[in-house]
Amino acid sequence: MVNTSTPIKAESKDLNFYYSNGHQALKSVSMPIYENKITALIGPSGCGKSTFLRCFNRMHDLYPGNKYEGQIIMHPDNTNILADGVDPIEVRMRISMVFQKPNPFPKTIFENVAYGLRVRDEKNNRVVADKVEEALKGASLWNEVKDRLNDLAFNLSGGQQQRLCIARALATDPEIMLFDEPTSALDPIATANIEELMNELRGKLTILVVTHNMQQAARISDCTAYMYLGEMMEYGDTDTIFTRPVRKETEDYITGKFG
Amino acid sequence: MAVTQSKKASVLADLDAVRSMIRRHKFNDLVFAGIGLIALMIGLLTLLTLFVDLVMDGYPRFNLQFFSDFPSRRAGSAGLLSAWVGSILVMAVTFLSAVPVGVAAGLYLEEYAPKNWFSDLIEINVSNLAGVPSIIYGLLALGLFVYGLDLGQSILTAGLTLGLLILPTVIVSTREAIRGIPVAIREAAYAVGATKWQVVSDHVVKYSQGGILTGVIIGMSRAIGETAPIITIGALTFIAFLPPAPVTDVAPFLNFEWLNSAFTVLPIQMFNWLSRPDHAFHINAAATGAIIILVTLLMNGTAIYLRYKIRKNIKW
Repeated sequence: MVNTSTPIKAESKDLNFYYSNGHQALKSVSMPIYENKITALIGPSGCGKSTFLRCFNRMHDLYPGNKYEGQIIMHPDNTNILADGVDPIEVRMRISMVFQKPNPFPKTIFENVAYGLRVRDEKNNRVVADKVEEALKGASLWNEVKDRLNDLAFNLSGGQQQRLCIARALATDPEIMLFDEPTSALDPIATANIEELMNELRGKLTILVVTHNMQQAARISDCTAYMYLGEMMEYGDTDTIFTRPVRKETEDYITGKFG
Repeated sequence: MAVTQSKKASVLADLDAVRSMIRRHKFNDLVFAGIGLIALMIGLLTLLTLFVDLVMDGYPRFNLQFFSDFPSRRAGSAGLLSAWVGSILVMAVTFLSAVPVGVAAGLYLEEYAPKNWFSDLIEINVSNLAGVPSIIYGLLALGLFVYGLDLGQSILTAGLTLGLLILPTVIVSTREAIRGIPVAIREAAYAVGATKWQVVSDHVVKYSQGGILTGVIIGMSRAIGETAPIITIGALTFIAFLPPAPVTDVAPFLNFEWLNSAFTVLPIQMFNWLSRPDHAFHINAAATGAIIILVTLLMNGTAIYLRYKIRKNIKW
């Protein structure tokens, strides 16, 4: 449960986002992201939830013509990570991401997890090895791969690959972790593993997760935001959203009347 | 035919008619497979006939002496030594000039250049360059390398000329190889905080190696048989000496004199022998032709093998 005393890790303020073709994908989205809580973003396809998520690590900057308006304030330093003067790479050093489909590099298991440390110029092999182990343990993958860290990542199953990607994102001690539908390409057992893993991370890390699966949002998140057509329709405690939604649209979506 | 209630019943009602219809339709499969096979054979058999013909004509000359003798006035004792050494040295210069420039240009165009009308224009021109007749490159090289930069009719000039010739192939294959890398892999690298150069050097170059290498080898196998541009820059056809060795026994052990040396290459030697009236030289030409084809086949085979081997560990 969150209340007024729950610390806020980041805050989106009147966030508008325009794709290079002029389409406005986000309309004045404002919401706090609570520290060490799991926040789920739900809504029908095209509602802007992934677009919103990708604002947090400035992924949209990779493609020319995309435009942000408004702010995402990070706490405690009060930096607006969308400001012109802020380097997107600096933002990505603080906020890591796990993608929809497992996307390991065609490198070894070890090097996949170590890559974030390599780009941070960590030269001490002892430190790298310790961090990789810690991250793999954090992603509940260590026991499965500890004897074959030099195998290619592609030799892992889909679910293991996704946990490897989670380890890669964990290894750099991010302040916030973004999950973009992390289980939509996985089978039910692998999905259950990932959900269990996210439950273990709960309380230790600020997590923002986009999901298509409402039961998943209900199972794993502390707060839920319902988005529709680029707008934030309703945001609050997951329990409240799923049992006593304020808005009719939210209730219709959650009960499966549309979406 | 009786009106039937379900589709299943209608097939059963006139089974023979349905079966003869399927036979008719399948006949078209057979017709196209036949046409396709003939089309394939036209290309393959022509090349094979040519190759077998060359091997049979040149058969008497396939011995070690042919490779260790200099050209001579007497066909029987004329050999390929200066030609194959020249070809290898020229190819070395071609490789060392075309690969870094071509790969860097391809990487820049694909990863760094802003996408606008100007980069589109460059893209169209690079593709067009691949189709420019090779003799035009020879004329360009004659003006630029031989006279403009005063490099003379040397191995360096020939290597740079062929390097220019295969540059478009290298650029295009580099770009295609880069485009084959999924967006998700790039995003994964960017998401952990990599800069553009880190993404390019740690990922893009490494994962596109197979495709780049294939393009390079295919370009080189074209270059090794090129005759027109080499004649244009004035390669000699009768060379009875070898260029100075690149490696020496005194420090610094490397010698770049060979770059300025006069030279000949395999296709030039073949062209020279072919243009003589004495039939005995035509046997030499046939043997050389067979060797050039064999080398080209080997290079293309290597390209296919390397692509397979490098791609084996990459699944997307």
